[in-house]
Amino acid sequence: MLNVANLAAAYGASQVLFDVSLEIGEGEVVTLLGRNGMGKTTTVRTVMGLLAARGGTVTFGGRQVQGMAPERIARMGAGLVPEGRQVFPTLTVHENLFATAANRLKRDEPWTLQRVYDLFPRLGERAGQMAATLSGGEQQMLAVGRALMTNPGLLILDEATEGLAPVIRSEIWQVIERLKSQGQSILLIDKNLGVLKRLADQHYIIEKGRTVWQGTGADLDRDAARVQAYVGL
Amino acid sequence: MRPLVATLVTAALLFLFFVPMLTDLVGRPSLLALACRILIYAMAAASLNFVLGYGGMISFGHAAFFGVGAYTVGILYAHFASGELLFGFIPGSNQMLITLPAAVLVSGVFAAAIGALSLRTGGVQFIMITLAFAQMLFFFFVALKAYGGEDGIIIRRTNELAGLNMRDRVTLYYVILGFAVLFFLGLWRMVNSSFGAVLRGIQQNERRMAALGFAPYRYKLYAFILSGMGAGFAGALMANFLRYASPDMMHWTKSGELMIMVILGGVGSFFGPIFGAAAFMILETFLAGWTEHWQLLLGAVLLVIVLATKGGINGLLARIFRRGA
Repeated sequence: MLNVANLAAAYGASQVLFDVSLEIGEGEVVTLLGRNGMGKTTTVRTVMGLLAARGGTVTFGGRQVQGMAPERIARMGAGLVPEGRQVFPTLTVHENLFATAANRLKRDEPWTLQRVYDLFPRLGERAGQMAATLSGGEQQMLAVGRALMTNPGLLILDEATEGLAPVIRSEIWQVIERLKSQGQSILLIDKNLGVLKRLADQHYIIEKGRTVWQGTGADLDRDAARVQAYVGL
Repeated sequence: MRPLVATLVTAALLFLFFVPMLTDLVGRPSLLALACRILIYAMAAASLNFVLGYGGMISFGHAAFFGVGAYTVGILYAHFASGELLFGFIPGSNQMLITLPAAVLVSGVFAAAIGALSLRTGGVQFIMITLAFAQMLFFFFVALKAYGGEDGIIIRRTNELAGLNMRDRVTLYYVILGFAVLFFLGLWRMVNSSFGAVLRGIQQNERRMAALGFAPYRYKLYAFILSGMGAGFAGALMANFLRYASPDMMHWTKSGELMIMVILGGVGSFFGPIFGAAAFMILETFLAGWTEHWQLLLGAVLLVIVLATKGGINGLLARIFRRGA
């Protein structure tokens, strides 16, 4: 589905990614771990084409996508839930969801407004409200719903539970579990190791712009000391 | 539409329907002409608002499309009157059901060309480039001696429509009102469609929209073309109403007036441009009857509206009614 090999990227003169590699197969849930400032969000931005790659390759759906415009990569089926719940504040919940809705990969059972409202009943209750008036957790749900409405082949969640109340957090984790059980490929960036261990098939840790560790949940436990040093909470 | 808004719209439509009787009643038929001009400018301002208010594209050249629409009607009429073919193969016409779509089409083509180039820039550059294109068209038509140059083209008779007597001012008013209602119905659907929501989303954050798979440039260009078509439609009606098309219609001051209407009424609101056009035309008519320095007073009013109200007249009314309701 997605293969990132030896990716390098920079903001102006300051290089952030040096050698990031990761792979996500069909229906897999993969995490990207690492401390703040190590390049997790930059990796996602580069994969999405929002930042130009300086080197390495990004293969998505069998095609090399580095250098493509972000809207093309999104149309090929990458659905990003950006860090900091970036909904469109002056559009209503309903408009946020339906404006960008599409089924470009021709899924058999596409996401519909009703299915998103079933997944997040709170959004259904607030369909006519401006997105700016939602709570942080509801905005996050809206951002997830909006990405689902594009029926992405790969869902990318960047810090989806950051700064949310524990109740809302667990609600979002439940949704991600449901998506996984439906065979949705997901790339997760988060710090909640406990939940991630249970959810994900494969983990990657990056430090200072390089992939330094990869393994399964069991490997995480076995390598606890190293992981602790890299992720260090 | 919320019930209160629906009631107000119905009331406004009823009022507009009875305007010819009311102007007769107060014995000032010239007010009917004012009402026609308000309706036409409301369409032009709403077209500008579509790109400016919803799309965040500050076009300072919208009078160009207004003028192109008017000239399309004028040039088609000139060829109809003379019987010569335009460019050797296009016959002239005095049928409104031909000239109006032609005006929309031609202004759409101009908007596509101007938009495709201007939208490669943004911010102040976009303002200046749209202004530059509009001024180029202005000087082109000033130099176009075959069609009157700076004197413009006289259209001896208003275009014909379905056997109506278009020389009758009341009939013409109802024709313009009918087109305005259709125009605003279409605009309402467009603003509230997913295309409208994408456009508003692009205004808020282009990159965010790109990350969702929507190329901002293409959608902005579509909006710009549609907006140019709307302004051209209004211009075509204006040419029919005035029986005249002139380069003054596309002078940069006219672009400025359209912008003032949008700002007066409320940028990015559906009804704002209608209020703005009405306020502007009424102020112009009455202040100009009072003093020749009416623009000074208009400036003061604009200043008060911008500084004291959030969202122009539309915002002011919304607050008053919300408090009352």
